[in-house]
Amino acid sequence: MGRYLIRRALFMVLVLFIVSLITFIIFVKLPAGDPARRAAGRQITPENIEAARRAFGLDKPIYVQYARFAKGLVPWPGLFLNEDVYFSYTNFIPVRDEIFARLPVTITLAVGAAVTWLLIGIPIGIISAVRRRSVWDRGSMVFALIGVSAPVFWLAYLFLYVFWFKLEWAPSSGIPIGTSVIEAVMQGRFILPWFVLALAFAAFYARMVRGNLIETMGEDYIRTARAKGLSEKRVIYRHGLRAALTPVVTMFGLDLAGLLGGAFITETVFNLPGVGQYAVRSIYNQDFPSVMGVTILAAFFFALANLLVDVAYAFLDPRVRYT
Amino acid sequence: MAEPLLEVKNLKVHFPTDDGLVKAVDGVSFSIQPGETLGVVGESGSGKSVSFLTVMGLITRKEAQIEGEIIFRGQDLLTLPAEEIRTVQGAKISMIFQDPMTSLHPYYKVGSQIAEAIRVHQKVSKQEAREQAVEMLRRVGIPRPDERADQYPHEFSGGMRQRAMIAMALSLNPDLLIADEPTTALDVTVQAQILDLIDRLKEEFNAAVIIITHDLGVVAEHCDHIQVMYAGRIVEAGDRRDIYYNPHHPYTWGLLSSIPRLDETGEKERLNPIKGLPPSLIFVPPGCPFHPRCPHAFDRCRSDVPDLIPADGHHASRCHLTLGDKERIFRDEVMVRS
Repeated sequence: MGRYLIRRALFMVLVLFIVSLITFIIFVKLPAGDPARRAAGRQITPENIEAARRAFGLDKPIYVQYARFAKGLVPWPGLFLNEDVYFSYTNFIPVRDEIFARLPVTITLAVGAAVTWLLIGIPIGIISAVRRRSVWDRGSMVFALIGVSAPVFWLAYLFLYVFWFKLEWAPSSGIPIGTSVIEAVMQGRFILPWFVLALAFAAFYARMVRGNLIETMGEDYIRTARAKGLSEKRVIYRHGLRAALTPVVTMFGLDLAGLLGGAFITETVFNLPGVGQYAVRSIYNQDFPSVMGVTILAAFFFALANLLVDVAYAFLDPRVRYT
Repeated sequence: MAEPLLEVKNLKVHFPTDDGLVKAVDGVSFSIQPGETLGVVGESGSGKSVSFLTVMGLITRKEAQIEGEIIFRGQDLLTLPAEEIRTVQGAKISMIFQDPMTSLHPYYKVGSQIAEAIRVHQKVSKQEAREQAVEMLRRVGIPRPDERADQYPHEFSGGMRQRAMIAMALSLNPDLLIADEPTTALDVTVQAQILDLIDRLKEEFNAAVIIITHDLGVVAEHCDHIQVMYAGRIVEAGDRRDIYYNPHHPYTWGLLSSIPRLDETGEKERLNPIKGLPPSLIFVPPGCPFHPRCPHAFDRCRSDVPDLIPADGHHASRCHLTLGDKERIFRDEVMVRS
């Protein structure tokens, strides 16, 4: 296991290196706009542009440019997202400050939504598998169809209209300036975003759990469990779910990681200052250091989740062994 | 004769499907005495597994229309509520299945799966249950049972898994062990070991055993009584000697002739399969269900359903041929071929 982890960690470094390289090529070399020109300010003179170019290191050969950015990705104090390289070309705010200020919002949104969709999706999946073809099952099928089909932005506005504007059950969207993330959670400002973001996942997970559980309940070892004289509850929860939920762990890890890179639509509609918003804005502005920062962050979460899922699998399924 | 351990009376198990009613078991009656070994033989779809899954309570009125009586030690299991059936399942009647590769839960240790069965029925501590499980593994001939108990099923070979299943099935000292094709998925060399093990443990635990198989060869040495099933009914029942040396039903003849023989050297022996396919259980042929495949069928076979008529003592068959004809055809035609 130890050697496996080392190998996987090295592989992760390789993946992140490739991601950073591709990001660098796409955003530094391909765009038509000259970042130095944009940062030179309103009074554009050749001297201004040249000064900006030198300040950003854009006058150096391309590999030196990449090396400057790559050095800022080494997770080491002083190096990591250092302010000499990683600052916004538009407003000069350090990328590190932006990301660390926004990450709590995104993590709160993603983790809250993940908990919500597990709490909704898994029980619905179990009920509709156990009560197959019942009203419950058909109802959950309808729920799943709606959940998967409803676009997030539409759902978000619908929820805001109903629960905030009409019923006044939920607070308005956004986090007022000076309110911490924890205070915002306490005020219930995340409840609508959680549900909106979670709904499609919940629908999908409900179907997946249902399918897995129905398949598992047809396995021979379930028949063995029944033949032992176990109660149906124990057969379902201890023998059936144990096998049916294992593949769900894989999906869950990757889905959560994807959201940690930012849930742009939800963040935008609910006006939450998260990483996703920042990423999209940076891309519009061709603000390369910010793009690099959030891209690597998202890639890191994804690679890490992959690793954790694989390791978790070794604990969940005894047939899986890593050497 | 003493009161039978298990008496099944006119059992019918019908499954409603989109295509029609599948009459998997259609009027089966038999009984088994304590300590006896009964062999149940038939092709796939003859209703042999379904009958005993129903006896075991694994097919319930939720899935199927069930009629008849399953009287186990004086109690009709079909009238018992689910909770009471569970006190019989695994404790008084237990079952092992065809494919040991898939019959154990892949995520739990073998020892704890056996201990779980013990703890459902007996008030013992986890530690005691584990000790009993290890002891059972030892009794079914698994070496180093203490270590093996902590392994997962995928670390066991097929034969070892079937031994573990047997250990689980016998861990509560049941009165009746139902073995549903216990050797079909195993290597030939392991098959004999498992059957010998069942034989030995049956004596040790003083249990009655039902061996379900499609292979008459398997049950030859191990069963006191044999019943042959076809299209959801028993077509012939009798002592082992009756079935092997003096069978009365053309289907049994077919099964006997289709056992491959290795002893006839020199001659190139071909297998003699029974021609045709098992009948549809939705549209069962009128009359004797075997008549479309039977080389001895005559007019009456196509219209009248034959009854299970005892010829002498235990030996009964469901065929319109006269006893004389049966004995003559078997002697003159079947014996010569096989």
